[in-house]
Amino acid sequence: MKSNKSIFASVPYLIWMAIFILVPLGMVLVFAFTSREGGFTFDNILGIGKYARVFLKSINLSVIATLICLVLAFPIAYMMSKMSEVAQRTVLMLLMLPMWMSFLLRTYAWMTLLEREGLINKFLGLFGIGPFTMINTQGAVVLGMVYNFLPFMIMPLHSIMVKIDKSVIEAAQDLGANGFHVLVRVLIPLSLPGIITGITMVFVPSVSTFIISRMLGGGKNILIGDLIEQQFLGSVYNPNVGSAMSLVLMVIILIIMGIINHFDDEEMEGMLI
Amino acid sequence: MKKLLAVLLTAALAMGTMTGCGSNGGEGDKPTLNVYNWGEYISDGTDGTLDTIAAFEEEFGVNVQYDMFSTNEEMYTKLKSGSVSYDVIIPSDYMISRMIKEDMLEKLNMENIPNSQYVMDQFKTPDYDPTGEYSVPYTWGTVGLIYNTTMVEEIPDSWDALWDERYKDNILMFSNSRDAFGIAEKLLGYSQNTTDEAEIRACADLLKQQKDVLQTYVMDEIFDKMEIGEAAVAPYYAGDAVTMISENPDLGFVVPKEGSNVFIDAMCIPKGSPNKELAEQFINFMCETEIGVANIEKICYSTPLTNVYDALPDETKNNPIIYPSDEVLANCESFVNLPDETNLLIQDLWNEIIAE
Repeated sequence: MKSNKSIFASVPYLIWMAIFILVPLGMVLVFAFTSREGGFTFDNILGIGKYARVFLKSINLSVIATLICLVLAFPIAYMMSKMSEVAQRTVLMLLMLPMWMSFLLRTYAWMTLLEREGLINKFLGLFGIGPFTMINTQGAVVLGMVYNFLPFMIMPLHSIMVKIDKSVIEAAQDLGANGFHVLVRVLIPLSLPGIITGITMVFVPSVSTFIISRMLGGGKNILIGDLIEQQFLGSVYNPNVGSAMSLVLMVIILIIMGIINHFDDEEMEGMLI
Repeated sequence: MKKLLAVLLTAALAMGTMTGCGSNGGEGDKPTLNVYNWGEYISDGTDGTLDTIAAFEEEFGVNVQYDMFSTNEEMYTKLKSGSVSYDVIIPSDYMISRMIKEDMLEKLNMENIPNSQYVMDQFKTPDYDPTGEYSVPYTWGTVGLIYNTTMVEEIPDSWDALWDERYKDNILMFSNSRDAFGIAEKLLGYSQNTTDEAEIRACADLLKQQKDVLQTYVMDEIFDKMEIGEAAVAPYYAGDAVTMISENPDLGFVVPKEGSNVFIDAMCIPKGSPNKELAEQFINFMCETEIGVANIEKICYSTPLTNVYDALPDETKNNPIIYPSDEVLANCESFVNLPDETNLLIQDLWNEIIAE
């Protein structure tokens, strides 16, 4: 009986999901396989091959950004998990603080910082250093991704780390494990679910971003998100090609996520044995 | 499948009623006029200017619901979907010709718009509206080169400055495919409305070569970047160039010798307007001398009306950026709507250029 009731409780969400997730996904699928005249076609999907380099660049830059986020977030999250509860709440609050501002505004701010006539170069210029070319580079795009998505790595890591029983770490130390061994053999395996969630939450928005690459990457660092945006808001409205690109991107993300999750399962099993 | 359709239809209906409520929010039983214009494109009472909308409401005892769009395509998609209803819209040239072709505009009754007599001769029967029956021009302007005199070696007079190796990494380019191809077409001496595939492919090759010297592709960001001296040369609109030069006197503006694009935004009435006569009165009101001057002074673009032009201060009238000479204009073209296959070819080539 009880499970029946909980099904009713989930009806509002199911309706929401149907209208705003399933129907649009279905439309993407339909558009991707229709020609402009409305007939069934594979041309849109087959034409995507031309843009392989843009896909690779998007994946490449987001993998780098995700790794940097992981390396930065792991120690922060661990330190946070050892703080008092009040301190934890304060730090979490500070992490969230920039997110109260519009994403667009924060990225735009980086633009004025990194420009050749921007604040950083002006400041360095006072000491006779520079100017450096920082904007319109791949590095600037990665920086934008790390800056915007870092909290999404810290938060799942932190929430999983506070649940790690301190006595497990103490036990490892008692049994003679040094710091490195505690990290690699205990801490990382136990935080793995958080790591996987963090990677997903950073990688997925990074690989599909278009604002960051457009503002910080310039014309030479077009990502797949920019290309998709052009199909819808450029001078020609071409939802068929745009949907085909989105579909291929979705499939790529699904495959990558599948691989990572598979890795997760194996690790878990390994730990049990 | 039927259920899915039902859900979709319900959702569509719900959306319809919601927007309906929004636009009927007027007081009493005064008629409501729905106007759809570009953002920041009217004198609206800010900074001590004349509030033209309020003036119209007062004079005619009506409510005006004023909405804004940021691209022609956005406006077109909304109207095409049928979820909105407007009485007056102000799209650009090529979009007007497309809407005429698709039977989306009403013919205007010029008897209700006596001020249309002031339209300058060259705008009476423009390419996009050859009979002049569907639109009354609102503003116009040219696209030209904006350059920073401290960064260029000589004052540019040709579009090839955007390909100049000496300004490598200091060149900005339009990120909209139609505008970018328009520049390449002028440089190669073709029409900006060409439908010839070989010509369009030649332009694509030229645009590919440009990538090496380019800093980035942008649109509105040109305004900020040029103003602070982040780049040496970029294409931009004359009206905004005036504002930019007043902020940064190092900047200059020129319409290149190969000619350029002249854009015209004009007032039209979409099919199905419930208040057509009131809409015509609104169009007429916007062409009144006092109202027109207030608008032009606020937005800095050029006026297509003789009465408004005559009433402008000499300083504005004699500004060659806002009112270029006839020789300059003779070289300029306005966009007309291209056939679907040409639009698709351009977009496809553009995808390849930016993806390279």
